[in-house]
Amino acid sequence: MSETIMKIDHLQKDFSIGLMSKKKVHAVNDVSFDIKKGEIISLIGESGSGKTTIGKLILRLLRPSDGHIYYNDKDITTDYKNKRDYYKKVQGIFQDPFASFNPLFKIDRIFDMIFKNFIESDKNKKEKINDALKCVGMNPEFILRKYPHQLSGGQLQRLLIARALIMDVDVLVADELISMLDASTRIDVLNLLASICKEKGMAVLFVTHDLSLGYYISDTTLIMHRGNLVEKGKTSLIYNNPVHPYTQMLLKSIPDIGKRWDKNEKFLPEDINKKIDDFYKNSDIKKGFIEVEDDHKVLFSL
Amino acid sequence: MTEKILDVKDLKLYYKTLKGYVKAIDGINFDIKRGEILGIAGESGCGKSTLGNGLILLKKPLNYISGQANLNGKNIMNLKNKEMNTLRFKDISIIPQFAMDAFSPTKKIKTFISDIVSQHNINPDEKFFDKVRERLDMVNLNHSVLNNYSIELSGGMKQRLVMVISTLLDPELLICDEVTSALDVSSQRFVANMIGDFRDKKIIGSAIFITHDLSILYQIADRIMVMYAGHIAEIADSDTIVKNPKHPYTKALISSLPKNDVQYKDEQLSGIDGTPPNLLNIGEGCRFRFRCKYATDICAKQTPVQEEISSGHTLACWNYKKAGSDKNV
Repeated sequence: MSETIMKIDHLQKDFSIGLMSKKKVHAVNDVSFDIKKGEIISLIGESGSGKTTIGKLILRLLRPSDGHIYYNDKDITTDYKNKRDYYKKVQGIFQDPFASFNPLFKIDRIFDMIFKNFIESDKNKKEKINDALKCVGMNPEFILRKYPHQLSGGQLQRLLIARALIMDVDVLVADELISMLDASTRIDVLNLLASICKEKGMAVLFVTHDLSLGYYISDTTLIMHRGNLVEKGKTSLIYNNPVHPYTQMLLKSIPDIGKRWDKNEKFLPEDINKKIDDFYKNSDIKKGFIEVEDDHKVLFSL
Repeated sequence: MTEKILDVKDLKLYYKTLKGYVKAIDGINFDIKRGEILGIAGESGCGKSTLGNGLILLKKPLNYISGQANLNGKNIMNLKNKEMNTLRFKDISIIPQFAMDAFSPTKKIKTFISDIVSQHNINPDEKFFDKVRERLDMVNLNHSVLNNYSIELSGGMKQRLVMVISTLLDPELLICDEVTSALDVSSQRFVANMIGDFRDKKIIGSAIFITHDLSILYQIADRIMVMYAGHIAEIADSDTIVKNPKHPYTKALISSLPKNDVQYKDEQLSGIDGTPPNLLNIGEGCRFRFRCKYATDICAKQTPVQEEISSGHTLACWNYKKAGSDKNV
């Protein structure tokens, strides 16, 4: 289980703004982490923290400014060919299931295209599709003849997972997978994803802004703030013992069912930047990204 | 506190389509007391936004069928648009969904505010803007935002500004439709708390808070109303809804929410199988019966009646007693 399949090494992505592009925004700043086989990693941060950019870099939709991504010890950032081979093993699912399907194609044609593009042999094609659909709890007879608009968001999202199953992917980047689904259906999609990971050894990078769902599903948690990875480690350690002020603030603002927010506590989102600056200034002894306990690292200074 | 500001009786609002009526709001009864925050929760398509919009403005294809919505004792459903216009913004105000994306991109915030209030016969002079600035202080916004364009502000700032604008005339009832949904968790908490603050400071009389997120409602609402497919499932104070729900749908919904001490590897939560029914020309019967494990024959024949099972706890279910004794939901 602990075999590392993907290694993200000092990844950097800058975007230039303005016409003369003198000014640069560090969307992703010196981020490193490993993805192990069968592991669910949740990547949590606010909008603009760079979490989606990391997903895109892993999916090779963007080229990094600096740093490397190793997939099975092969550097994919310098290898511009063989994209198709890479996509056989690394795939993404995005937020809007309605936008992920061609509305003119029936579902069976969508599966046909996977075989045409990514799997050489058509052997056992029907069997494979049926198995994958059954695995996500859908009836192949019923579903394959439908158009995307005839299905609900939860069903479409499960179809996307089925697609990844047929291809037998190693790493799945799930970008805000469940944020468009209703409370009553999203937990089933999450359960499905987690059970597949455990069975098939698929690793999932679960990009989300929902901390409570991140806690529910993931083994490892990464917290991003303004392009920096500020805290990473085992999920239970981060949620029970947050060290970085940003993580602490995030955890305080989760609406927790069964426990009310403290009304007397002054809560201003604007204060957080100052708090983080103070935190970086005052940690003289500790510098950089340091381990505070086993499997729990915190950024003490930039 | 006991005075009712809004009293809705057997209200029916249908969308008229070429194929027939979509029964988005079908015979609901509820009330809001003065100084109360009522939360409305439910899945997408359950009619919660239709209800909010319908109370403010009946726009085609939404049609008023029958029933009453009494605001301060006056049925606002029968009012002409002109009469309603005198009530809007002063007596009843709304923050619609995605309101923060509706700022004019070519106007400064100050011009934008002036334009709105002059529609309501208020002179946007300096005295008026002193009041605006006072409100901006309350929500921790800098006065300089008045001279900004909307693209220069962040989502959380825009949402706070929207709240300031909609409450400028101190409405007695404010309807907030998904005001926290597009925000980050940190701004979410601030905006949600603001509504409670405004109520405590008597800027708004009472509020309806519409969202799909029950955990936010639990934080700020006094009472929670759970809707399912155009019907009301259950109304009770927020502690009862969260800790002791009786309706099978509420029970299933609460148990599907992630809790702070449950991880997948230890314990698995379960969702609700199936999807809500299509409301087009839907007939009699409980609309949750297709997904309900307690459903019996009567559920298919008769629409459950809203009944008060204890003081302040209303629900509509034929078999809630059977469901109520089942602990393993």
